[in-house]
Amino acid sequence: MTETAHRPRDPVVAPVMNWETDFDHAHASYNANVHEIWDDLRDHCPVAHSARYGGVWLPVRHADVSAIAYDTDHFSSEVVVVSNAPRTADVQSFAPIGGAPPITSDPPFHHDARRVLLPAFSPKVIEQWEPEVRRLCRELLDKVGDEPIFDAAVAYAQHIPVNVIARMIGLPVEDSDYFRETVHLVLEAVGAEFTERKAGFEKLDEYIRHHVEDHIANPKDDLIGFLLNAKIFDQPLSPAHVSGTIILLLVAGIDTTWSAIGSSLWHLAGNQDDRQRLVDEPSLMATAIEEFLRAYAPVTMGRVVIKDTEIGGCPVKKFDAVLLSFPAANRDPQVFDRADEVLIDREVNRHAAFGLGIHRCLGSNLARLELRVAVEEFLARFPDFELADPSAVTWSLGQVRGPRKLPVRILHRA
Amino acid sequence: MHIQVNTDKCQGHNRCFALAPELFDVDELGFAHEIGDGTVPAGLVDKARLAVANCPEFAIQITE
Repeated sequence: MTETAHRPRDPVVAPVMNWETDFDHAHASYNANVHEIWDDLRDHCPVAHSARYGGVWLPVRHADVSAIAYDTDHFSSEVVVVSNAPRTADVQSFAPIGGAPPITSDPPFHHDARRVLLPAFSPKVIEQWEPEVRRLCRELLDKVGDEPIFDAAVAYAQHIPVNVIARMIGLPVEDSDYFRETVHLVLEAVGAEFTERKAGFEKLDEYIRHHVEDHIANPKDDLIGFLLNAKIFDQPLSPAHVSGTIILLLVAGIDTTWSAIGSSLWHLAGNQDDRQRLVDEPSLMATAIEEFLRAYAPVTMGRVVIKDTEIGGCPVKKFDAVLLSFPAANRDPQVFDRADEVLIDREVNRHAAFGLGIHRCLGSNLARLELRVAVEEFLARFPDFELADPSAVTWSLGQVRGPRKLPVRILHRA
Repeated sequence: MHIQVNTDKCQGHNRCFALAPELFDVDELGFAHEIGDGTVPAGLVDKARLAVANCPEFAIQITE
């Protein structure tokens, strides 16, 4: 079955004249210029505010981002995607479970909802996927063949995580286009009217329900099967919990790593010295991958204020949203030496690309594996390449940042 | 030198196990612990310091 998503009309986003008082994380100029925007905010207005999306804050200092990540008393994870969806007590019961547990859950429920999933994503379970990820990368590179110029985001990066996570969950890999449409709906179309997005969410629920029912009728050894057998407090998970978690794994497992792979290739395409060094000294790959994760961390999380408090001295009110920018924290010169430079041999790198505190990215071991193998295999096949047209590179919209068009010219084939 | 993982702080980032598998291991949930009593052999002192310096949660204590 091949699905098509209901795609809301892309909203007309008002131009942003002032990033300190009117920023918009889903405006095309945000992700395209985000490092300059954060640097400027850090110097002039380290806790920016916008009235868009029902009121949202953007702290860019590491200290503020870290403090919020650890403060689950004032900041709830109910709102992890900052959008135009209504945010009032009538429609959101803050915590404990949320729509996509455990990422949308708060303590104490969060602990058990997360614990159920941890064994499936532990380092020793995930490392068994390495041969499969490598095989997939090689197959994609085979398909590129002898093309002198191709899109490394479209032909390569975007296929790797979706292929792996669909098989892990137990959803048809052939529906990959639909999954990417879903990611667009959930993460990029945040400025559309909620009523327009709702039809897409309902369709997604129906799609997931169909596959859950199929798994009940025909038990399988995959994550859906695993969730159907899982128990919390000696009770099976509710159907809403199972489908919410599947949606989380699907959305979180796709464009995040796709973005990390794309950004790393974008960096290498534009930096011949780093490219050559990694080819000559493959032992630098471990520090290079952590540095790409620091400098190009794809994921900004959302929070919603549940008790009036302050962020870095700025008073914030209940129902205000917060963009928890781990990527901005990763570029704070108060914490990182030469924070704005990419040093592929950086040995001390306490970055927060996978978050801090109880919501550390559940899939971090899988993401690292996919990112490392994808870069290794790309460089092994194409030891030298460059951006075919830097002005043709486009970036995603919203809280997950990565290149969506990345035309590269191959200069040398292995 | 001794190392000890504070299990209340560890969130399973897996940085220490990746950097120094001679000194750290992870359980079936992905949380880290020091191997044995946490004594660091002389040849692994630099690795131990690197693991401490890369833990995002400041969860590894080191005593000289």
